[in-house]
Amino acid sequence: MKKKNRLQLDDNGKLKHFLTIEGLNRQLLIDILDTAESFTSVTEQTVKKVPLLRGKTIVNLFFEASTRTRTTFELAAKRLSADVLNINIQASATAKGETLLDTLRNLEAMHCDIFVVRHADSGAAHFIAQHVAPHISVINAGDGQHAHPTQAMLDMFTIRREKGEFHKLNVAIVGDIRHSRVARSQIHALSMLGVEDIRIIAPKTLVPTEPDAFGVHVYHDLREGLRDVDVVIMLRLQKERMRGASLPSEHEYFQLFGLTEEKLELAKADVTVMHPGPINRGVEIDSAVADGPRSVILQQVTHGIAVRMAVMSMAMQSHLPDTAEGAR
Amino acid sequence: MKIEISNGRIIDPANQLDEVQSLFIADGKIVAIGTAPAAFNADSIIDASGQIVCPGLVDLRAHLREPGEEHKGTIASETRAAARGGITTLCCPPNTHPVIDTPAVAELVQRHADAAGFARVFPLGALTQGLAGSAITEMHALKTAGCVGVSNAMQPLGSTLILRRAMEYAATHSLTVFIHAEEAALANNGCVHEGAVGSRLGLPGIPIAAETVAVAATLALVEETGARVHFPMLSSERALQKIARAKYDGQPVSCDVSAHHLHLTEIDLLGFNSQCHVRPPLRTQRDMEGLRKGIANGTVAAICSDHQPHEADAKLAPFGATEAGISALETLLPLALRVVDDGVLPMTQMIASLTDQPATILGVEAGTLSPGRQADICIFDPERYWTLDSNSMLSRGHNTPFLNWEMKGEVTRTLLGGKTVYECT
Repeated sequence: MKKKNRLQLDDNGKLKHFLTIEGLNRQLLIDILDTAESFTSVTEQTVKKVPLLRGKTIVNLFFEASTRTRTTFELAAKRLSADVLNINIQASATAKGETLLDTLRNLEAMHCDIFVVRHADSGAAHFIAQHVAPHISVINAGDGQHAHPTQAMLDMFTIRREKGEFHKLNVAIVGDIRHSRVARSQIHALSMLGVEDIRIIAPKTLVPTEPDAFGVHVYHDLREGLRDVDVVIMLRLQKERMRGASLPSEHEYFQLFGLTEEKLELAKADVTVMHPGPINRGVEIDSAVADGPRSVILQQVTHGIAVRMAVMSMAMQSHLPDTAEGAR
Repeated sequence: MKIEISNGRIIDPANQLDEVQSLFIADGKIVAIGTAPAAFNADSIIDASGQIVCPGLVDLRAHLREPGEEHKGTIASETRAAARGGITTLCCPPNTHPVIDTPAVAELVQRHADAAGFARVFPLGALTQGLAGSAITEMHALKTAGCVGVSNAMQPLGSTLILRRAMEYAATHSLTVFIHAEEAALANNGCVHEGAVGSRLGLPGIPIAAETVAVAATLALVEETGARVHFPMLSSERALQKIARAKYDGQPVSCDVSAHHLHLTEIDLLGFNSQCHVRPPLRTQRDMEGLRKGIANGTVAAICSDHQPHEADAKLAPFGATEAGISALETLLPLALRVVDDGVLPMTQMIASLTDQPATILGVEAGTLSPGRQADICIFDPERYWTLDSNSMLSRGHNTPFLNWEMKGEVTRTLLGGKTVYECT
């Protein structure tokens, strides 16, 4: 894990790249949450801008389609007064290897400061961080089935706002954990922030190999797993990631693992329902729950902007010249 | 030309020889060990004191990339690297471009190897035409052209019926079938071991069952057809258990493991290290120990390099998009010696798994120091430490996870037919 540490943090332990939650530390996660908290007021002002990243150029480098994540990164960058460039490169056979490095070299030559990267290959953000010029920060906006750390942090931000503390919570993640980069990052973040009871609920075909390595409790029965939980995170059923015969039908999946009002009764009375979106209504979650009083699904989207502002501004701080560091 | 290699520790497992002696070569052949033949006046004397003199190593699996992928390596460049590694005989799989599915390609490979003059190269012929997995090749013609076995490389066969027919036809011509034990459907385009590390990194996994299912299915067809089968590069303890059982039952089967599987595990993938992208994938600590034990108890007949040189760009991509393989000829011996140092098995047994035993699998005259044989000899200093650095590598591919590893045991000289083809300076 040391390697990751070195890659993501600079010599002063500040965030340089944000690639995965693994290898970071609790204090740094709390700093991200606190910084995001300070930015929430910006998004509520009439003039929704602060000049923190004025003159900086942020490139949204999306090799995989995305609307929500790209848009919130773009808004976050603009609210920090940065210039934003959106580049969509549909992952094809040629958008790999040499071409990826060549793309990076070209963007470097345009003097960009932050690459926000989404890519279908696990490890793509690591690869890019290892090969970019030293003045550039890389933020992982989702790589394959590996990590989606800003999504996890906006979820942590939402949980903290709803519940205050982390350590006494029971949190359940339901759905396609095996193929989910979101779930992986959430599990690491929850455990780093002190949540002791992290449950994953899914049929065996959607549970990751060796779940014990993640420090989670595995349930194959939604009712059993929901008992007394404070937070339930529903995952999107990622049909595009399915390889082979993982599920018989959406119908049977909803019957067994779809979240309904009736099943939610088993959780704590003040349970919070979350979903990273986009929702498949009637597949993993009933509309009554998604739109119900315990759902914070839309707040999550709003929080995504503040959290991404926090991560981008922190990553840029690590590039302040040493003299400025010394003057403090 | 008469050569005396004096005072080396001569280890020749096939002849149960392990003693400090001198070895005498005349006209490219070994003529005596111990006492010089009458009227033997050496033209040159190689002082091997403090060193081990053993048969030139026999590598069951080295991709030479020629014809077709000369940007990765050529027969000349890679056999020169082999000589540095003490390897004098190597077997190359048929997955060249074009595929070795006709006598013409098989002959071309051998002709280029002879011209280069660094090592003896024995090709495997393709099991199916174009390795496409459907129609079998002209195996008799391939055998006549010098192929020592048949294999479908890493390509899947269309069905178990095709496998059965191919095995029957190979058995007709007494050709050993080399089977890569990977059930394609279960491997499911994975790129790492399906386990804790792959799960954490979100990389698609190849389960151990992909290997054991293929081994079990093939063994069932060995019983049916009587074909002789060799399984290259097994990666799991469970697969070895099946091989051990089949050998106990008297089935004509054998297997080898690669040197890197004896030293690396899935843990080495952390940080998405593409140099550790290999196929079959690096598995668990338990599997690694199982493979080591397999060599010690005789289940595993040989250690191969699975040499796969690549251009730098082949490894410069996100992990799953990189090409699998390690440039491994120059590290085969020191990695094997490291297992001896770890106390897993004695030196003579290790050398047997690098010389006589793989030669037997290929059915070629190599891997021993018997008088009368070609003087293919590896001389190495077992105590010398050296560091692998990419500038000194002779292979065109510098892709290896062992860069900057301190190696113990260095080849000082390699002779092919009595001629020095490598000398450490």
